[in-house]
Amino acid sequence: MVIAAILAGCGNTGDSAGGVAGPIGVDGSSTVFPITEAVAEEFIAETRGEVRVTVALSGTGGGFRRFCGGETDISNASRPISQTEIDACASAGIGYVELPVAYDGLAVLANLGNDFVECLTVDELRQIWAPGSTVQSWSQVRPEWPDQPLRLYGPGTNSGTFDYFTEEITGEAGASRSDYTASEDDNVLVQGVSGDGNALGYFGFAYYAENRDRLKLVAVDSGSGCVEPTPETIESGQYAPLSRPLMIYVKESALESPAVQSFVQFYLDVAPQLVAEVGYVPLEANGYDEARARLAQALDG
Amino acid sequence: MSNVKATVGRFEPRRTTRYTIGQVFRTIFLLATCVGIAALLVLLLDVLNEGATHLSWDFIRSYPSRFADRAGIWAALIGSIWVLSLTALFSFPLGIATAIWLEEYAPNSWLTRTIQMNIANLAAVPSIVYGILGLAVFVRWLEMGRSVLAGSLTLTLLILPVMIIAGQEAIRAVPTSIRLGSYALGATRWQTVRRQVLPMAMPGILTGTILALSRAVGETAPLIIIGALAFVPFVPDGPLDSFTVLPIQIFNWISRPQPEFHAIAAAGILVLLAVLLTFNLIAVLLRNRYSKKL
Repeated sequence: MVIAAILAGCGNTGDSAGGVAGPIGVDGSSTVFPITEAVAEEFIAETRGEVRVTVALSGTGGGFRRFCGGETDISNASRPISQTEIDACASAGIGYVELPVAYDGLAVLANLGNDFVECLTVDELRQIWAPGSTVQSWSQVRPEWPDQPLRLYGPGTNSGTFDYFTEEITGEAGASRSDYTASEDDNVLVQGVSGDGNALGYFGFAYYAENRDRLKLVAVDSGSGCVEPTPETIESGQYAPLSRPLMIYVKESALESPAVQSFVQFYLDVAPQLVAEVGYVPLEANGYDEARARLAQALDG
Repeated sequence: MSNVKATVGRFEPRRTTRYTIGQVFRTIFLLATCVGIAALLVLLLDVLNEGATHLSWDFIRSYPSRFADRAGIWAALIGSIWVLSLTALFSFPLGIATAIWLEEYAPNSWLTRTIQMNIANLAAVPSIVYGILGLAVFVRWLEMGRSVLAGSLTLTLLILPVMIIAGQEAIRAVPTSIRLGSYALGATRWQTVRRQVLPMAMPGILTGTILALSRAVGETAPLIIIGALAFVPFVPDGPLDSFTVLPIQIFNWISRPQPEFHAIAAAGILVLLAVLLTFNLIAVLLRNRYSKKL
């Protein structure tokens, strides 16, 4: 234990003395992870490995816990920071800048063999997914649909995707019926929906994009007609309410380090290209300009 | 007549029936063995089929990347070797010492029995609980940060109960007559333990160590909790560097939407198996050396 404490002491001084080349710590959403990983990979190539960047994936909530504990410089988030997290950051004296970096759509999917469901309204989705919902068959959703059991697939409660879907559909983050097949791994959901004729599920658009030939996309009607998620409808916000911005939160004090500064600037510069490469939808061009303006403001302040 | 029948009945050898029953059980046991081996074979073939073509020197020596064909496992491989070596270094002496004390020194008191019961219970605690413990004690309280050292110590706690129990079993298997003989020749308790008990128990202790370390190398949950990373483009320089390990890298690749990443995850599993086999081989060689000495 004594040795450990001494070693730990050395480590701490090493970290703070690291300064310019010290590792930039990023944690947070596993949805945003591939984007930040791609940016970090390019950044390290660009700086020839002089700056170390590490990325972890504790999830949006786990990431904010570490961020507001002062342990990381940047937090990946697939939903905006919550009030409890804002309070935690405030009481720890941690200021931050929120920068949107991409859009993600949540796709609603059915089995390929399903020949009746083409579109669901937000009301129908709410009826199906609401806590305590008694919908057990397709005919309970719409009387003209067959009286077949409805089997539901969705992400587990730790996922930011779950928080976002429940917030938009049932009106309260985390409020959902719980008698469905849940998995934190979206690939399991893809398997489940593609193998179950009566399945209905939801997960990130990128997972649908890689499995187009195995799943049936269900359009969503939020009052102005059925809209299918595509990169265009997600970016324009037409695919409502299931398209969401993905963000990074940068600690203000970390921006004093030139390494973090240039990393974040680099992030916004390469994002349009890299975001598309890893399967998400880039912001419209002035979205990145706005983010740059926010960053400049934070740097001045 | 009926009298005779009863007597014959009592001494009926029923040879055919007994042999048949014997054969039936032999087959059942053989089948049971086959189930395990078949499952393992199917798993191996599946992973080999998917991953073998992606296994190359480049894959082993490269850092993670967003392009599946450029991504490699070097950081995770070195991270795993670091963590496993340190875990072995910490847990082996601690585990054996505890086992020796409990078997050879401890009085049969309520305290010993409580410790004993706790160790048995600890062996069944889910690994994620150790992760939370490691985060609170090593990462935060002892301020080790999210380092190789904190990870190894967490895994040490995780596998200690298994190692202690295996060590105790091995020590208990040493016949009491050997200890008594040693005492009769005037040896002290420590001399008896060191010269008689430990050498005889060593093969069993090493087997327990193999099993425990195999568990450690496959753990993901506690290391994610204490903050092992998913994207680490460098290898740890020392025990205080941040790190990643093979299971986390594999998990990260498997959970991606692109099928190419699933294929390199399979290649990663092959590397993990190779690491596991290498460590086991070392332990088996050590065990054989000890066995021969006797």
